[in-house]
Amino acid sequence: MQTPASISRRDLLKAGGALVVSFAFAVGPRRSEGRGAAQTPASSNNARPLDPGEVDGLLAIHADGSVTLYTSKVDVGTGMRMALAQMAAEELGVAPARISVVEGDTSLCPDQGGTGGSTGLTRGGTEIRAAAATARRALLALGAAELNRPAAGLTITDGEVRPLAGGPGIGIGTLIGDRRFALKVDSMAPLTPAARHTSIGKPLLRPDVPDKCTGRHMYIQDFTLPGMLHGRVIRPPAIGATLISVDESSIRGIPDTRLVRVESFLAVVAKDEWAAVRAATALKATWTNWEGLPGHQGLDRYSRMAALDRDQSIVNRGDAPAAMRGAAKTLSATYFWPFQSHASLGPSCAVADVRADGSATVWSASQGTHGLRTNLARVFGLPPDKMRVIFLDGSGSYGTNGTDHVAADALLLSKTVGQPVRVQWMRHDEHGWDPKGPQQLLDVRAGLDAAGRIVAWETEMWVPNAAPGSRALLAADAARIPQEHGTGSGAITQNGEPPYDADNIRVVAHLIKETPLQLSNLRAPGKIANVFAVEGFTDELAVAAGVDPVEFRMKRLTDPRAIEAISRTASAFRWETRTSPNPRARQGNLLVGRGIAYMRYKQNENYVAMAMEVAVDPASGNIQVRRVTCAHDCGLIVNPDGLRNQVEGCIVQTLSRTLHEEVTFDRSRVTSVDWASYPILRFPEVPAIDVILINRPDQPLLGAGEAATAPVAAAVANAVFDATGVRLRTAPFTPERVKAALHP
Amino acid sequence: MPRFTFRLNGRAVAVDSWDPAQPLLYALRGPLALHGPKFGCGLGQCGACTVLVDKTATRSCTLPVSVAAGRDITTLEGLGTPEKPDPVQAAFIAEQAAQCGYCTNGMIVAAKALLLRTPKPTLEQIKQGLAGNLCRCGTHTRILRAVMRASQA
Repeated sequence: MQTPASISRRDLLKAGGALVVSFAFAVGPRRSEGRGAAQTPASSNNARPLDPGEVDGLLAIHADGSVTLYTSKVDVGTGMRMALAQMAAEELGVAPARISVVEGDTSLCPDQGGTGGSTGLTRGGTEIRAAAATARRALLALGAAELNRPAAGLTITDGEVRPLAGGPGIGIGTLIGDRRFALKVDSMAPLTPAARHTSIGKPLLRPDVPDKCTGRHMYIQDFTLPGMLHGRVIRPPAIGATLISVDESSIRGIPDTRLVRVESFLAVVAKDEWAAVRAATALKATWTNWEGLPGHQGLDRYSRMAALDRDQSIVNRGDAPAAMRGAAKTLSATYFWPFQSHASLGPSCAVADVRADGSATVWSASQGTHGLRTNLARVFGLPPDKMRVIFLDGSGSYGTNGTDHVAADALLLSKTVGQPVRVQWMRHDEHGWDPKGPQQLLDVRAGLDAAGRIVAWETEMWVPNAAPGSRALLAADAARIPQEHGTGSGAITQNGEPPYDADNIRVVAHLIKETPLQLSNLRAPGKIANVFAVEGFTDELAVAAGVDPVEFRMKRLTDPRAIEAISRTASAFRWETRTSPNPRARQGNLLVGRGIAYMRYKQNENYVAMAMEVAVDPASGNIQVRRVTCAHDCGLIVNPDGLRNQVEGCIVQTLSRTLHEEVTFDRSRVTSVDWASYPILRFPEVPAIDVILINRPDQPLLGAGEAATAPVAAAVANAVFDATGVRLRTAPFTPERVKAALHP
Repeated sequence: MPRFTFRLNGRAVAVDSWDPAQPLLYALRGPLALHGPKFGCGLGQCGACTVLVDKTATRSCTLPVSVAAGRDITTLEGLGTPEKPDPVQAAFIAEQAAQCGYCTNGMIVAAKALLLRTPKPTLEQIKQGLAGNLCRCGTHTRILRAVMRASQA
């Protein structure tokens, strides 16, 4: 058994060895500022203010007229990078291609918050646009002085301040060229009106796609440093197990490899990546037994019986219990959503370089590099002003996947061995140890009066409480380093009430004290399950009322944007007005039906309606989603092609979550640790998808990375009911579960 | 250290590896400094590491470097560049058939192999041909359109 202090230097790797290949990547000079500047100390020479309230914090105009934006918001494959450039381009009067974006570098970018909750454009973009509009006003003033004309007679086009009346202009790079504006961002600075937009609203192609299609794009997984070691962490066979002993001789034959142990944090580092992988597999270690999990089966019962921290009133309008008692007809149902994984296609990766003087640089695909820096510095006792976290693109993360944990792994290893260390998780690490989206249990009840009006609605949800504080880092827990143990998983109680006219509504969250698995925000936190329950149950009400599901919803809505989303969906889908179930469902061996779901994201953002046609094979229990029609209104559209890509992705990914995905675990550990035990949707299941984008240039923009996920499960369940007459209320809708429901 | 030689993107290369069972992927991404093929699972389940071995789509994460010896390997980089893309790459770019792009390597290489076998596939044949390649972002409909576009180029 070794402690870090006693590690033999025998195999210490000769730095700069032939196997360490530094990857030269093709990016513009401006972008390399954020990515390639490997050894710049965190606090050095940065003249720009790291303040999102300062124009110079968010943007710089260079002497050649090109522009760099600086933001803590990061593009995790969403196309946000392009959209930010379009928003800034619109105000600065430059082509979007002249704009590059430095994202998530804590030494260069002001903290505009982490990337989550679909706030990349709503906050990041809106603040940058305001900064660009403030800069525009200043550039016009500078141009007015230079051209000797009133600013009101000038405009900015193609990167030049020009007289509206024609005549020679002057480049913005000449006017400001790398000098500071020294202006506060004026959120009231006039914006270019929608009618004159030349960048916003255009389906511009993303600059990263050609590189991604040719192997040139730089991912965190591709990043290397000279003298860097490859690390692999050996996690315990049971979540709460501690390390008893390690047999170092078990990896003796593997070249240039050494063991690192800090309490129960067990890892290997090697010069060669494959050596690290082999050593992590070969290493023999003895751990304590631990059986503290309830197991995934019966998790709905577990949720209902679990000890609570408290109850939280989410919505309380009127007197729902009293109205329920007076209703002509009442219905109730229970819905359940399982633990799910981000299941990123590429396991999380990070590179850390901790120096003897306590300075540290971490390269990470984290969606919140500023928060990660604060937490890493606090937990590992490093000075935050000497720590820099630099974002590099990763595999799609869809929330907080394993990225923060792997950053801690790399940091602890680099701090311990005194060399730069890269850690990439293995597949079983990512599936087994990424913090999960929580299970959700919902009881819904409604009372209808004799005319079919919803007079009472109650939702009770059982969800894990969000204990305050940062999420505990696996490496620090294993190394017995004290830290916070927050259990936040995002705003998981939103969309628990119907968006329809209902006189009395009560939504209560029973906040469960403990969670079996570590939690984090997983795309559209909580909303998919809540809308599954609310919109599935709305369908049950429509059936009980004997009314067509589209008509039932439209009659209970007054907001014209909601009505337009549903009516355009129904019309494009060629919705056949009738009650469910489908009287002509049978097509050969299949049962065919259609369903609809609608929601307004977080009750105050995007309007999304979605109709689906499914074919159910009653013999196999297989559900084939044949086609999906979705109308999506997120206000002003910045890039319709990027938006369409996001909406399609939301639909397909959530079909996968609805039909296939459930994290399984026994009493000790997660058992769904690869793509066989945690299957996701494959190409043969992909439906035809028709997305209708409703653009509202006169309205504020809303984020679009999540909203279209929310109605998916309900739309499938409602279509399956239409096809079969059987209501699915527990996800995922696996063939076994469907068969059991069809043949009870 | 044993040396393994093969053709890589049209050039003869040699790699030294202490372990003949080392998957080709680690040789490609390590000493050969290529980053098209990605580590996704190491189990041959997801397709992110796909390369062409003698024009057949092959999972480089489970192919021992000793078995790759003497073969003709083509990676995403060997198909084309942003300036001179292969028709399949050009179609993916035109359809903007990527989100995070981590699966894109496998999608393009598998599609290339599919089109070599079946130059004019139906939509159903493309779906079946890519059934072993996983995409997590849900970019499937665009990938299907891109492969269809490439088959018509």
